[in-house]
Amino acid sequence: MSINFIYPEYEVVRNEKRCIKCRACERQCANEVHSYDQEFDCMEAQESQCVDCQRCVTLCPTNALKIVKTNNRYRENANWQQQTMEEIFRQADTGGVLLSSMGTPKDYPNYFDKILINASQVTNPPIDPLREPMESKVFLGKKLNKLEFDENDELLSEIPPQIELEMPIMFSAMSYGSISENAHKSLARAATELGICYNTGEGGLNQDLYQYGANTIVQVASGRFGVHRDYLNAGAAIEIKMGQGAKPGIGGHLPGKKIQEKVSRTRMIPVGVDAISPAPHHDIYSIEDLRQLIFSLKEATNYKKPVIVKIAAVHNVAAIASGIARSGADIISIDGFRGGTGAAPTRIRDNVGIPIELALAAVDQRLRDEKIRNDVSIVVGGSIRNSADVVKAIALGADAVYIGTAALLALGCHLCRTCHTGKCNWGIATQREDLVKRLNPDIGSRRLVNLVSAWNHEIMEMMGGMGINSIEALKGNRLMLRGIGMSAKELEIFGIAHAGE
Amino acid sequence: MIIEGKDIYFADLNKAIKQADASEVTVNNIIGQRYIGSGVQGKNLILHGTPGNALGAYLDNCNITVYGNVQDAVGDTMNNGEIIVHGNGGDTLGYAMRGGVIYVKGNGGYRVGIHMKEYQENKPVLVVGGRVGSFLGEYQAGGILVVLGLGVDNSFPTGNYCGTGMHGGVMYIRSDVPPQNPLPHLLIRECAREDLTEIQPFIKNYCSYFNILEADIFNKPFYKITPGGGNHYNTIYAHN
Repeated sequence: MSINFIYPEYEVVRNEKRCIKCRACERQCANEVHSYDQEFDCMEAQESQCVDCQRCVTLCPTNALKIVKTNNRYRENANWQQQTMEEIFRQADTGGVLLSSMGTPKDYPNYFDKILINASQVTNPPIDPLREPMESKVFLGKKLNKLEFDENDELLSEIPPQIELEMPIMFSAMSYGSISENAHKSLARAATELGICYNTGEGGLNQDLYQYGANTIVQVASGRFGVHRDYLNAGAAIEIKMGQGAKPGIGGHLPGKKIQEKVSRTRMIPVGVDAISPAPHHDIYSIEDLRQLIFSLKEATNYKKPVIVKIAAVHNVAAIASGIARSGADIISIDGFRGGTGAAPTRIRDNVGIPIELALAAVDQRLRDEKIRNDVSIVVGGSIRNSADVVKAIALGADAVYIGTAALLALGCHLCRTCHTGKCNWGIATQREDLVKRLNPDIGSRRLVNLVSAWNHEIMEMMGGMGINSIEALKGNRLMLRGIGMSAKELEIFGIAHAGE
Repeated sequence: MIIEGKDIYFADLNKAIKQADASEVTVNNIIGQRYIGSGVQGKNLILHGTPGNALGAYLDNCNITVYGNVQDAVGDTMNNGEIIVHGNGGDTLGYAMRGGVIYVKGNGGYRVGIHMKEYQENKPVLVVGGRVGSFLGEYQAGGILVVLGLGVDNSFPTGNYCGTGMHGGVMYIRSDVPPQNPLPHLLIRECAREDLTEIQPFIKNYCSYFNILEADIFNKPFYKITPGGGNHYNTIYAHN
């Protein structure tokens, strides 16, 4: 026991004067931290189980609870920090690959925070979005370089299929299985109300959610879970998942215990059997092979659906994106390494891939240099945290962004980063019926609508400040950005000047 | 209805097949056109020549007979229906199929039956008459893979790493010798005749489609391969 003991990371602080022993905390905690001792008439806490999800804190009727990080420390060592040491203890104990959830918590540079946005003064009037027209609508898909008309001015050119969005924000791919039915319902309803899209992830589409098809992006991944003709035709677009920012180069694995009857039906796989997404698509070893999958999907949907290819932001992302743009894809989606996940090996999540800001700047520039930027739209994700991040991403060249973690936060997630345990107290990353019920889709979708509407208003305020009245005019408009505290090399990659220049 | 497949672009050929006002469509002189049958509904396709990659991808409510060889990724994510190939198949034959049956008279390539799965009443079956390359049934999660090894003597008719990552479903391999270096997570045993009841109807169809005597199939032993117990994926992680 003693050698593998790790002192609980969090301590439950209970204000005994306030606690009325109502045991709400006990009922709310799926990790079974709280319990009531009848003999001594007091509440107890098994702190080693606590993940700091804040569920008990928020539902305690008398504000008697708080969770604090323990101040029990190992001897200080800047090189061998406590977390580093504890990870070694865990591996020495189990022989296991360390598994974590959500985006990396490591302190890597966030370039969005080193970029500042411009505003008009004197020479170009700002626009007030509350009183003047402002366009936040975007169309995602291949754009023709020229249009042809017949002698009666009727359009001859065939416009490639597009996704129409009321604002440049979509909910990123999160599968049914990794998140709950009620989380999916919340996303689907909110996307419909907002006139944007949510994304099924690779777990198929629940029959009840086909009604939201016009606002759904259906995903096809290496495991092909839930992929069939009706599914492909159900959505506004099809996304081929080649990679994910939190775990570039590796596949996925949904444990059999999470594959209940409903998940099994949606994924079209046996109950209780592990769902393995191989790291590669075994029919795709080249851009030519990717083209084959793209066109088999286009054939299956009669060329009516734009096809998105999603990749993780990795070192050669610009060259890869150039290949994808030539493969017949309509949209490229790039997921940065700070992106979230339901489960990923810790070492991969924390060390593999590059920030989305750099990847986006490099891809947009490469596609412009090669004069193929209009052949594809670019969607970026991987820790878009607020509306300013959205504005900066669009000015760096994105057509739209994906938000995942921010959407989950709106649904109640407190980023405790233990999705992989399947015991999400907020009813999001779980398949346990009693926990799923805690997330009310009416409330969930309302909160998502609030969040994205607020962001959209802020985006328009920032655009108005720059004297810009449409997303199209902001897109790739790097003159609107300045770097702060960046090296010359970083500024060069971003293609922006330093503040003051 | 008959369509001439020579010198016609794949998209135009597939459009012509989809729009054909007949339940049976014959295409002659196919020369590598891809995606035939993808998105086609309620038709029997009779194909002469060599269809290209991704024949019958997402196949649903449709049957395909090919007089010739086929290329890679035949029956990718096939939902139901039947594909009969009077020739050889390529790599990733039956990738992720979850329903329907594929019969290939001759050999298959690498990664045949990769990620085959099943659910509820849907149970796919893939029968290859000759031998197959490495990684047969990789990640197999359900369904039935049958390799008959016709024309293969004194060697197991699959390549290396047969059943790697297999975690569901079953394989039946006809061979006069047991597999060499089988992967440790698999259960492999020689079948008694009654073990073959499950595949009997498919063998019967194979014989009738390709004009082969059933007696010539049952003159060698079959080995049945299933994943062993235990969930080896759960034991490799440490929660952090």
